[in-house]
Amino acid sequence: MKSARSMFASAAVLALLAPTAWAEDSTDPIIIPLHNWSSQIVMSHVVGDVLKSKGNAVEYVTTDSQAVYESVRLGDVSLELEVWEGAFGASFDAAVAKGGIHAAGAHNAVTREDWWYPMWTKEACPGLPDWKALNDCAALFATPETGEKGRFLGGPVDWLKHDAEKVDALGLNFAVVNAGSAAAIWAELGAAEKTKTPIVVFNWTPNFAEAVWPGEFVEFPKWEAGCNEDPAVGMFPDKTYDCGNPATGYLKIAAWDGMKDKWPAAYATISKVSLTNAQIAEMAKLVDIDGMEPEDAAKSWMDANPDVWNAWLN
Amino acid sequence: MTRPAARSSGMAGLLLALALFLAFGKLLLPEGLIRPPEWLVQPFADWINAAFYFLQNDLGLMALTRAFSDVVEWLLDVTANLLYGKSRWPDIGPIPWIVVAATAFMAGYALKGWRLAALSGGTFVWIALMGQWKWAMETLSVIVVAAPFSVFLGLVMGVLAWRSPRFERILNPILNIAQSLPHFAYMIPVVVFIGVGPKAGAIVTIIFSVPPMIRMTLLGLKRVPEEVIEAGKMAGSTRWQLLSRVRIPTARPEILIGVNQVIMQCLAMVVLASFIGMPGLGQKLLQLLQALKIGLSVEIGVTIVLLAVTLDRLSKAWALRLPEHDEPSARWLHRNRLLVIWLSLCIAGLVLAQFVPYLHEVERKQALSVAGPIDAAMDQVIRVIAPVTAWLRWFLITWVLIPMRDAYLWLPFTAVLALLAAVGWAIGGLRSALICLGYFGLIALSGWWDRAMITVYMVNISVLIAALIGLPLGIWAARNPPRAARILLICDTAQTFPSFIYLIPVIMLFGVNDVAVVAAVVVFAAVPIVRYTIEGLSNVPPELIEAAEMSGATRRQTLWHVRLPMALPTMLVGANQSVMFSLFMVIIAAFIGTQDLGQEMQRALSSTDVGKGLVLGFAVAVMGLMTDHLITRWSEDRKRALGF
Repeated sequence: MKSARSMFASAAVLALLAPTAWAEDSTDPIIIPLHNWSSQIVMSHVVGDVLKSKGNAVEYVTTDSQAVYESVRLGDVSLELEVWEGAFGASFDAAVAKGGIHAAGAHNAVTREDWWYPMWTKEACPGLPDWKALNDCAALFATPETGEKGRFLGGPVDWLKHDAEKVDALGLNFAVVNAGSAAAIWAELGAAEKTKTPIVVFNWTPNFAEAVWPGEFVEFPKWEAGCNEDPAVGMFPDKTYDCGNPATGYLKIAAWDGMKDKWPAAYATISKVSLTNAQIAEMAKLVDIDGMEPEDAAKSWMDANPDVWNAWLN
Repeated sequence: MTRPAARSSGMAGLLLALALFLAFGKLLLPEGLIRPPEWLVQPFADWINAAFYFLQNDLGLMALTRAFSDVVEWLLDVTANLLYGKSRWPDIGPIPWIVVAATAFMAGYALKGWRLAALSGGTFVWIALMGQWKWAMETLSVIVVAAPFSVFLGLVMGVLAWRSPRFERILNPILNIAQSLPHFAYMIPVVVFIGVGPKAGAIVTIIFSVPPMIRMTLLGLKRVPEEVIEAGKMAGSTRWQLLSRVRIPTARPEILIGVNQVIMQCLAMVVLASFIGMPGLGQKLLQLLQALKIGLSVEIGVTIVLLAVTLDRLSKAWALRLPEHDEPSARWLHRNRLLVIWLSLCIAGLVLAQFVPYLHEVERKQALSVAGPIDAAMDQVIRVIAPVTAWLRWFLITWVLIPMRDAYLWLPFTAVLALLAAVGWAIGGLRSALICLGYFGLIALSGWWDRAMITVYMVNISVLIAALIGLPLGIWAARNPPRAARILLICDTAQTFPSFIYLIPVIMLFGVNDVAVVAAVVVFAAVPIVRYTIEGLSNVPPELIEAAEMSGATRRQTLWHVRLPMALPTMLVGANQSVMFSLFMVIIAAFIGTQDLGQEMQRALSSTDVGKGLVLGFAVAVMGLMTDHLITRWSEDRKRALGF
């Protein structure tokens, strides 16, 4: 039933588009990269299906999420649908500087990454989300390996999040422990949930975790430009990193420079793609919570939101 | 024995005294003797990067590797089309699962009979019904290309090494290093030269699985008895006939073990190769683990184990099968009845699949799953043993791990080197002392001393705990053969089960810290200890035990004074493997969160830094090589003492 409906939808789209001159798109497949988090995979399949319905050939390739910008730049991969400011801004900017890649559009979404806790933590430490309250509760988070200090579980060291500098700048009574992978953070959260142990970890949005474990970001002193570099900016005059992370990072769409000429119609479509936080979280939820396959999740999302993707076609 | 034992132990004692002096006199030592001074540290990584840059750009090696990878890619496209319908030549796939399952069933039947048929057919039915068909076929499409490549390459290199002792001398150290380099270290150059994707996965799998094949081919060819060759010569064989008709068939048992190892290594790479873009079960497993879906990951783990067992048994049966000779008068249909049955089953399957889509592909929605009960059981276990693990975590961290780690980091590097030289001297005289010194000296020169010490500490404590668990378990299991067989089966399963699955439960039990790392490593380190203890004890000649019993020894006395000493050389092989497995696993445990060489290697992989990755890889490899040298040397001495 569902697939019949989406078939009807795509047939309708095809019928509408048939008279217009889209023929100039190359018949070579458009290569869409997939990474290791579900919202990106589902979104890639949604856009891929939309492009296929227009008659483009589409292929998927799984790649590393940092190395992908080099591939897009060289044209090995055609586009990238989730460029996170915090996580990939540096790689993206470096590739842009070398040439061959540009931002083709942006989502109507904000990204944020910072210290975060699941709701059960708030019951033990009611003053949250204020960071001073967190610091007063530090003993709640103490473990054998951190001794008296509270334990903050950060992301892998190569994510370069400067948590230790923040601890030092704000005088937090916490020790930073770095997990080796995102999966390690989720595993700890999953275990903490079973015993309702207070825990504070590195987390980001949009992300499936907010649907599994409702929670909040810790409110550090508000980020202002320069507070990470200039000691004078921020709460303490003699410290850098005396603020939280920016609460409103961008989420862009990157494309290979050659795409405009090779697949002009497809390029026009992807430059119109724009999703909100809620829509992206919904895509992740279909896979991570409901246990769908990314391909099926993409179809199901398209069936539920025809207006959204139809808007990309005009 | 040639070396004067008294003098060597005196020298070892002297070196030990030096080590103790350096350790206890730390406060008096100049900075340069505590940690390698800056001028001593060599920029190995820059040298390697320069060499790679030269190979890649100036020498045009890139063109060669790309050409090779294009051949591999073409083959991969064909298998990918047949097995899961990727739109490439010959564009006829995907083959319905029922046909593949029927083929596997018939292959099993033709090679060994009903039991193997049930195993191999059943494996594919399981894969299909669990809805893992596409992933498993993505994996298989790579393995069916990589494994034959490895077998062929291994045979050729093995024969070459057998023909030319000089080539063997060059090859041997390369193989030694290759077999002790952690997997991630291989992958970085492959990413540079080949890129990412299924072809990179296939090539990394080939590189990783070829060394045992070379070794076993060489060993087999060397063992061919002179009489057999004489007979061949007398029958007038040419050199090629002598090789292809006499030597290789006679060396079949060893070559078979090689083939078997290739298959096992290929499956061991399924998950790791997905880091550089190999699609299939491995990639899915990582995605599921990322979302904490342990039950579903375990299902995939079971599939990987089943595939390994099936391919292992099929290849063994194929190799052991003796040629059958039908009577020439028999009708064609009779001689080829299995072929006919297979063909008719395939046609029936193809036709049926046209009408019943379920037999063509089982969609994920229709798939069976045992994930629910597994997750519930995991949940229960974690809840029940949480108090125990909390205590264990506190105890191990406060009283064992942190003090031990601090001690390893506190030791001046010169004291460690002197200690290793002392151990080397005690076991193998000057040569071994120099080898130990050389290997660890390299680590000091590389500038990764502190991280290397953390790796050493984690491997040491893990092997120690593994021995505490594995030795009693092995001794207990060896007491009666059926029990031994059961325990060995568990060992095989634990070893083939993808290591990444262990990482998540240990984090849930212990949190992100060294206890979790050690727990994950112990699982792997214990397997070879148990296995070789059982093997060693079971192979003690029964006459010896009888003799001991006749002279009135109790069971305990027989164990301690007869069976264990006789089994020691075999058990040492187990200890050696245990160290190797721990080294590999400690590196993988970087995904839990460590501060050792593995963490740096993970970073090198994500930034494709060839030089750094290889230097770290070599640092791990020399630890393995040193252990290997010492244990092999010691075990040979023991064997000689026992009169083998």
